[in-house]
Amino acid sequence: MSSLLEPELIEVMEHSNRDSDKFSGPLTAEEKEEIDREASHYENKSSVGLEALRIVQKHRRWISDDTIQAISNYLDIPVAELESVATYFQLIFRQPVGKEVIYLCKSASCWVMGCDRLQKHITETLAIEPGQTSADGIFTLLETPCLGDCDKAPVLMLGEEMHRNLDESAIDDLIDKKKKYHADKSPD
Amino acid sequence: MLTNPLTKNVTDQNVAADLGRYLENGGYRGWRKAHTMAPDKIIEQVKDGGLRGRGGAGFNTGLKWSFVPRGEGSPEQKFIVCNADEMEPGTFKDRLLMERDPHLLLEGMAIAAYAIGASIGYIFIRGEYHLAAERLENAIAEAREQGFLGSNIFDSKFSLEIFVHRSAGNYICGEETALLNALEGRRAIPRAKPPFPQVSGLWGKPTVVNNVETFCNIPHLIELGVDWYRGLGRGEDAGSKVFGVSGKVNNPGTWELPMGTPIREIIEKHAGGMQDGLELRGFLPGGGSTDFLGPEHLDLPMDYDVIGKAGSRMGTGTIIVLDNQTCPVGLVLNLSQFFARESCGWCTPCRDGLPWVVKILQRIEDGEGLPEDLDLLREQCQRIGPGKTFCALAPGAAEPLQSALKLFEQDFIDHIENHCCPYE
Repeated sequence: MSSLLEPELIEVMEHSNRDSDKFSGPLTAEEKEEIDREASHYENKSSVGLEALRIVQKHRRWISDDTIQAISNYLDIPVAELESVATYFQLIFRQPVGKEVIYLCKSASCWVMGCDRLQKHITETLAIEPGQTSADGIFTLLETPCLGDCDKAPVLMLGEEMHRNLDESAIDDLIDKKKKYHADKSPD
Repeated sequence: MLTNPLTKNVTDQNVAADLGRYLENGGYRGWRKAHTMAPDKIIEQVKDGGLRGRGGAGFNTGLKWSFVPRGEGSPEQKFIVCNADEMEPGTFKDRLLMERDPHLLLEGMAIAAYAIGASIGYIFIRGEYHLAAERLENAIAEAREQGFLGSNIFDSKFSLEIFVHRSAGNYICGEETALLNALEGRRAIPRAKPPFPQVSGLWGKPTVVNNVETFCNIPHLIELGVDWYRGLGRGEDAGSKVFGVSGKVNNPGTWELPMGTPIREIIEKHAGGMQDGLELRGFLPGGGSTDFLGPEHLDLPMDYDVIGKAGSRMGTGTIIVLDNQTCPVGLVLNLSQFFARESCGWCTPCRDGLPWVVKILQRIEDGEGLPEDLDLLREQCQRIGPGKTFCALAPGAAEPLQSALKLFEQDFIDHIENHCCPYE
């Protein structure tokens, strides 16, 4: 999935991410503990690279250059090798993303049931194309392969949560709910 | 007689059958029985049962297991791996099995592990299936606590640990050698075969990779035997299967039905037929990488070889229906975009051929197609077809395309001659 983020926006988001230590720097004790637990399932630590990226991203939202370096140091996997994995897998983000990632299913069943119309609606509502993040930094829209819920098409996943049998008004409700949630929450 | 071994614990409620309910319904009886059998006998029973891989390829499961080297001189460490990377467009059966009855999968994996002599198993699950991964992890903890997994199972020398590996996207991970590379922490690029994974798989050790639904067939096949299992099927093939229908039908969903159930029965009876005012133009019988079939094929039974002879594949057995008000060119474009995006980029026909196909289809859909584009597309189908590429991804992409060019040729011509999509 290519990213269409504007360079200025990347800068703003990287800056805001730097302000808060949790987005960068060495791995935290919690992250290390989670990685160690996964690593115990494999003969050697080098196999756990992708899972480490996934775990750390869960805490930091995306994987910065600093973060790759930190994981590399911890697991003793060369940066280039980790980078090759990080850039290969769609769910690992090497650029900043919003607080809420919308994974819109674009596969055959959802297409037959009108996912293009939903995408257009999201694009108009949030002023973002797939791969972009909304100006308020809340939403990133991504297209995703089949989410495996085809009898309830069209569907999308918001974060880790599935939303099924969607139409435009359901999308509006979802967006409003998330906007309100982030407005009420103290800024992070 | 039990006729729904795969979904007998699935209820209307979206909850997983916990260990208590699983045991009440006869759970882990297959594993208890298998554990008293010689591994060779288990493999023989699975082979004789005629169970064919439910991931799409349809290879005899027992035969696949029998290729694992055993006895003296064979590697001590072997692995059992579950392919839970369900990402085939239009496929939604493994999600159901894992979310609703995770112990059935664990029991199937345990029997398989014992049969091939593996002490470690991995469930390779796609990163988007959060709920399924969580429920599987809970089930593993329950099964370990009660001694169905872990060390010295049933007070024997046999030990087995099963771990959940959460992946992070990419359709190609469903190709079993790409899956193994991903599991080893590498880019998911397919490996050259031979050697086959049964001989040299995960970290070079003998490994069997089976689909979720395939494993779920094992416990009852062992417990209730070959005759019962073969008797489940209505036609040539043995057992039952989770079939599904999506698209503009009245009641899209999944149903466990006998192998060999006629397609018409699945679409008209179970899926409730086409929505009001719509007619069936065609369908993909088993996911996005199978050839389109038409209304004239509705009375065929869902058996691997029958669907094969009709010019398609049974694939995952989840049917995508195309109605007469949806543009077939648009659907093939959507599928081609998917395959182009999911190409791992390793071999040229796939990496460069698929985006080219997308470009041609896009201009046809936009009303800017050229008369010679149809021949160009047919040529592309040859160039990305079987034998021309490193793995089955691009040949899979060619299947809906080549069949649509035959079945819906007039639609393509109309797009080109009228310089627009007639469905818009």
